Amino acid sequence: MSQKIRVVIAKPGLDGHDRGAKVIARALRDAGMEVIYTGLRQTPEMIVSAALQEDADVIGLSILSGAHMHICPRIMALLTEKGLDDVQVVIGGIIPDVDVPKLNAMGIRGIFIPGTPMQHIIDYIAANARARV
Amino acid sequence: MKSVADPAGTRKQRWEREVVEPTLRKSPERKGPFTTISGRPIERLYTAEDLAGLDDTNHPGEFPYVRGIHPTGYRGKLWTMRQFAGFGTPEETNQRYQDLIAAGGTGLSVAFDLPTLMGRDPDHELCLGEVGKCGVSIMSLADMERLFEGISLAEITTSMTINSPAPMIFAMYLVVAEQQGADWKTISGTIQNDILKEFIAQKEYIFPPRPSMRLITDIFAFCAKEVPKWNTISVSGYHIREAGSTSLQELAFTLRDGLEYVQYGVDAGLDVDDFVPRMSFFFNSHSDFFEEIAKYRAARKLWAEAMKNRFGAKNPRSWALRFHTQTAGVSLTAQQPYNNVVRTALQALAAVLGGTNSLHTNSLDEALALPTKETATIALRTQQIIAHESGVTNVVDPLGGSYFIEKLTQDMIDGTLKYWDTIDGMGGMVEAIERGYPQKEVAEASYQFQQAVERKEKVIVGVNDFIQADEKPIEILYIDDTASGVQLKRLAELKQTRDNARVQQTLAALKDVAKGRGNTMVPLLDCVRAYATVGEMCDALREVWGEYEEVPVI
Repeated sequence: MSQKIRVVIAKPGLDGHDRGAKVIARALRDAGMEVIYTGLRQTPEMIVSAALQEDADVIGLSILSGAHMHICPRIMALLTEKGLDDVQVVIGGIIPDVDVPKLNAMGIRGIFIPGTPMQHIIDYIAANARARV
Repeated sequence: MKSVADPAGTRKQRWEREVVEPTLRKSPERKGPFTTISGRPIERLYTAEDLAGLDDTNHPGEFPYVRGIHPTGYRGKLWTMRQFAGFGTPEETNQRYQDLIAAGGTGLSVAFDLPTLMGRDPDHELCLGEVGKCGVSIMSLADMERLFEGISLAEITTSMTINSPAPMIFAMYLVVAEQQGADWKTISGTIQNDILKEFIAQKEYIFPPRPSMRLITDIFAFCAKEVPKWNTISVSGYHIREAGSTSLQELAFTLRDGLEYVQYGVDAGLDVDDFVPRMSFFFNSHSDFFEEIAKYRAARKLWAEAMKNRFGAKNPRSWALRFHTQTAGVSLTAQQPYNNVVRTALQALAAVLGGTNSLHTNSLDEALALPTKETATIALRTQQIIAHESGVTNVVDPLGGSYFIEKLTQDMIDGTLKYWDTIDGMGGMVEAIERGYPQKEVAEASYQFQQAVERKEKVIVGVNDFIQADEKPIEILYIDDTASGVQLKRLAELKQTRDNARVQQTLAALKDVAKGRGNTMVPLLDCVRAYATVGEMCDALREVWGEYEEVPVI
């Protein structure tokens, strides 16, 4: 029997605009995934620790403030440090084109800008989350 | 109105039966659903029958101001074209302001960065990558002096989008005015200072609701005596709408927030007519043209009646609702961004037809980044074209009397009163927020809308229909980390050069007043004069009052 994909949806940094994070959390839950929403103002340490405790397969970050190039490298480094390399990190928000290759190079491939259909995000996560035994 | 017992039915029913039905048999209507963007069902036709019993006797400038607060509308004075700007260091933003003033601007509107908005100094761990990004970084009085260097606060009006740390930032503004020799009795401007919508929607709160409300009534009381021309609050629906509410929820919650502030002011011993005339509002203009126009018209009537009947206000300036509008950032698409110019123009036109007193138009690139100088100019030009070319400013409330607009206006009023009943039943807006009521309503509406988009019941051009595969990226403004480095260095220097003993004394005095009942503006002005930072002043109050943490509602 296949287990549910476990997703931590997190809002790092100081930004409080959480419409996107909440809508996607609910859409993933409605699509049959196990969703943990961290709430606002999480440090990279708090997010990685939530992923560890919740045994997450996926971390979904919502960042609209422009701080992603500071927050993402820190989260990726912490994941490696904790041996969570196989946790898939995806990001949604206001991400300029020029940052996409840099994020890809860090290992973040699911990058969703405003207007992305929810189904697209659901399908991407379902296809790319680590396999659960 | 025709009697319901009339066997032929009303004129409209006969028309439906004798004219519409045969037509529908031959050629059916499009699939629909025919609803506003907020999901409100819309009938095929509105007629005089829909307005039966409605009062249409009031004219512009007359209570309850449905048709506008000024008898001459925009023939007297156009709305203020106030474009919001701020980024990087105080010097960079000062330069942008100097350019705006040179271009004939008479009003400034300050955008602060997230650390400032959240009452954190740039060296706090949560400020990583945020300094100077979404607005200008202001840490202490020294930055405020830099921000307004060469700008006369006696001559310009300044709007500042600041909420939780509004008292600290306002105190800094007052001290800069004092240094320039400007008279507090004559300077004017606006602070947003609306904490309730932060709990409901934008989430830039620091302290729990009750001490937050006290900071606001302290400002009401302080300004009534010391800074009588200052607009002490801009009660905002904009952010509630951006968080996904319907048009009706935006209206109902915002005005109910307004009533809550008035009630707290009255409870603090203030006279309604001493502070309500300095309250103003801030609404969104979203894409559903008529629904938005109806919202503004309804807002004026609801407020006027509530002030007169619920609070016994006698001054017509307390009755008259003044508002700023911003076009809907949330409606902008990253895809085919030039289409955003058209969206913004329609939204701006709705705000003008609804009688806005001031307007900000968004730039076409704002789903991607902060605007460039070029796109910000197009946004301003959009307003100028409406003002000077379209002809809509020649007549007051041009849509008044339209069956549809009048009916929608009435529906907005009825819907709002229903929401108010529910919230009153909970004990007030603070209590409703504490139990997550408006938050849940907004989250639900936001999810329903997204579902409708997914099902393509709501078409968004370039996003879920009319998609273009081969889009060329546009040039955007990229803000680097220079400001962060500059501000961090300045913060360290400030802490070495100022009189730290005096800072500690003033912070201790602030805490004492916060524990008691005095007006917090008084010790805050002393903290500011001693160059205490925004982070230090907020931390002092965090120690006394604690911090608010929400239980997230999905």
